[in-house]
Amino acid sequence: MNKMETMTGAKALMTAMEKEGVKQVFGLPGGANLPMYDEFARCDIRHILTRHEQSAAHMADGFGRVSRKPGVCFATSGPGATNILTGIATAQADSSPMIAVTGQVPVAMIGKDAFQESDIIGMANPVVKYAYQPRTAAEIPEVVRKGFFIAETGRPGPVLIDIPKDVQTNEAEMIFPDEFKIRGYHPWTDPDIIACEKAIDMLLNAEKPIILAGGGTIISSAFAELQSIAETLMLPVVTTFKGKGAFPENHPLALGPIGMHGHAEANKMMAEADCVLAIGTRFSDRSVGNVEAFEKRLKIIHMDVDPAEIGKNQTAQIAVIGDVRVNLRVMVKLLLQKAIKKNEESTWIKHVKETKAYWKENLKLHPGEMGAAKILRKLRELLPKESIITTEVGQHQMWASLFYDVIQPGTFFSSTGLGTMGWGFPAAIGAKVARPDVPVVDIAGDGSFAMTENSLATAVLEDIPVIVFVLNNSILGMVAQWQRTFYDRRMIGVEQQHCPDYVKLAESYGAQGLRAQSMDELDKAIKTALSSDVATVIDIPIDPEEDVLPFVAPGTSLADMILPS
Amino acid sequence: MWAILSLLVENKPGILFKVTHLFRARNFNIDSISVGVTENPDYSRMTITTYGDDKQVAQIVKQLDKMIDTIDVQRLDEHKSVYRELSLFKIKLSNASDSMEINKLANAYGGKVHDVKKDSIMVELTATPDQTNAFEELAKPFGIIDVARTGVTALQRGGA
Repeated sequence: MNKMETMTGAKALMTAMEKEGVKQVFGLPGGANLPMYDEFARCDIRHILTRHEQSAAHMADGFGRVSRKPGVCFATSGPGATNILTGIATAQADSSPMIAVTGQVPVAMIGKDAFQESDIIGMANPVVKYAYQPRTAAEIPEVVRKGFFIAETGRPGPVLIDIPKDVQTNEAEMIFPDEFKIRGYHPWTDPDIIACEKAIDMLLNAEKPIILAGGGTIISSAFAELQSIAETLMLPVVTTFKGKGAFPENHPLALGPIGMHGHAEANKMMAEADCVLAIGTRFSDRSVGNVEAFEKRLKIIHMDVDPAEIGKNQTAQIAVIGDVRVNLRVMVKLLLQKAIKKNEESTWIKHVKETKAYWKENLKLHPGEMGAAKILRKLRELLPKESIITTEVGQHQMWASLFYDVIQPGTFFSSTGLGTMGWGFPAAIGAKVARPDVPVVDIAGDGSFAMTENSLATAVLEDIPVIVFVLNNSILGMVAQWQRTFYDRRMIGVEQQHCPDYVKLAESYGAQGLRAQSMDELDKAIKTALSSDVATVIDIPIDPEEDVLPFVAPGTSLADMILPS
Repeated sequence: MWAILSLLVENKPGILFKVTHLFRARNFNIDSISVGVTENPDYSRMTITTYGDDKQVAQIVKQLDKMIDTIDVQRLDEHKSVYRELSLFKIKLSNASDSMEINKLANAYGGKVHDVKKDSIMVELTATPDQTNAFEELAKPFGIIDVARTGVTALQRGGA
C-alpha cells in the first residue's frame, strides 16, 4: 500500500493531477471552486484563465486531440458548470479525451436549490463518458486516477468530476493508488486475426475496393499502417470529414473526404465502390448521405474500438472490433506473410485516377480573386506541413475540407460531430499549448469567431500566439447558403453587417489585426502572422454569395451531388 | 418483438437514472423494469422488457454494455428462462357469489386472495405477463378497482 498523507480534498485533486502529468488547467474561478484555485499557489500546474467556461472546455478539447492526453478544464458550480456543457458535449461527439472539474455546493446543500447549484451530474450524463461526484475527500485520489484512465483509453471521451465545496476543504488520509479496478470497463481487446484475414480476402476479391478512414484512424495514430495497406493493396483512400488528413492528401491514392461537402472525386468513387474497409467511423449521416443508397451493392468491413458502433448506422459484413491500429498492424503483417503485393494497376484504380484528374481540372471555382479555394490554397502554400489547423463550423470549415490539403497526417482538427460554432479558436489555443513548436491556425468564419472571440484575451495575456484566419463574408454563410438553396433566397437572421471590425477588435485585445483584400495582401499577412510572437487575426473579406460546392443535399445519395454550374 | 434484458450493474446511486436515460436518449422504450440487489451486495440485477426488432435490440444491448456501470448485459431467450411478474388486483364485489368466483379464478392462475372486504377483494398473482393479462381480462367483468404490477423479473434456466 502507498504511504498515506493527510491533506485537503483540493490538495489531493492537484496532487493526483500532477501524478497524471497535468501541466496546465484551462478555467475560470468562482465561489464553489475557490479551494481548488487556492492550490494553484502551491503547485506547479499552470492556470490559463479563460473569459468563458465554454472556451475553457474547448481549449482542453484542443489540447487533448493534439496531445492525445486528457486536457483539463475547471469551472465553478451552477452557471460555470452549465457553461462547459457545450464543450463537454463537443468532446463526447468527437471522442476527445477531457477531464472537466466543476465545483459544487457543499454536500448538505445539494438538492436545496442553493445559490449557484445545478445538477450538473444529471445534466451532463448523456454527454460524458463517465461522471464522478466524490462525496468524501478521501475518494478524490482514486476518482482522479480512474477518471484519467477512462478518458484516455478505449474510445476516448470527456469525464466530469463534480466536487462539492466541503469535499474540497475537508481533510482526509489520502492514498494515491497505482492499482484500481473498474469492473464494467474493458477498453482493450485482443486483435481479431480471423476477422483481419477475412477482411483481406474480401478486399482481394472485390472489384472496386476502397478505404474509408474515419476519425478513429487519427485518434489511434494508425497513419503508417493505413498507408502501408493502401499502398500494398493499391486501394484508393477516402476519409470522413473527421478522418480528414488520416492519409496524406497529396498522395496519389488520396481522394479526400466524402460527405455532404466531400470532394467530388471522393463521393463519386465511394458511390461506385463495391467493398469498403471502414476504419474508425460511425458512418454519420453527414458522411454517407442516404443510408440505403450507401449500403446498396457495398460490402462493408467495419473496424472500430467501440462495439456499439457495429451495426448502429450501417450493416457490416465483417466486423473487426478493437483498437484500429492494433488490428491494422495485424493486417499489415498478414499481407507480408502471404507476400501479397499489388503491382499492377487494376481497371478500377485507373478509373479512380482518371476521375481524380478530371475533377482536379474541371471543378468550377469562384471566379473572383478572393475566392475560397484560392485563399485556402495560398494558406496551404505558405504554412509548413507540420502546422496544425483547427476550424470553426460553417462554410469556411467545408472550404477548408475541400481546398486545404493536409499533408502531415493528424494535423487537422474540427468540431465534426456536434458542429459547435466557436470551437476552433479556443481549440487552437489548446492545440498551441500542446504543440508550441508549430504554427497553429484557426480557419474561421466571422459568425463562428464571434462566438468565442473573447479568447483573444487568453491568447494575448497567456502568450499563446495562434493565428485566426477569418473568411469574412459578414453573413452566417452556411445558413445563408441553405436559405438560398432551399428557402427561395429568403435571408432571415444571417446578416452580420460588418459588425464588429475584426482588425480593431484584435487590436483592442492587444493582438495583431491584419486585413487582406487581395492575394498580395494575403501573402504578406500570412507571412507577418507566422513571424509574429503575438496572436494574430487575419480578416479576409469574401463574397457573401459564394456557395460551398459540391453539396450532397440531406437524405440524398453521394452520387447525386449538386455541382457548381 | 418483445425482449427481456437482464443487466448486472453496480449497486450505486444514480445507475437506474443512467440506464433509463440511455433508453430515452437512444429512442427506445422501456416496457417494464424491475431492480433488486443480488447475492453480492456490490451488484444489482435489473430486468428490463422492451420492444424492437433484432437489430434494435442488439443495438440497445451494446449501448447498455458500453456503460461503465454495467458488469454484464444479456438478452434472455424466453424459452430458456424463468420470467415472472408479481401483480396485485383489487376487484369489486357486487354480488354474493363474486367472492367465490374470484377465488376460483385466482386459484386457476395460481394466485392468492388477500384482504377480503365487504365490497372488494385483493388477488396476488405471480405469473408471466401473458397470463397476467389473461387474468385481467377475466377479472374485468367483476370491476377492477386498482392494479399494481412489478414488471418482469427473470433468470436464465440452468447452468452457471
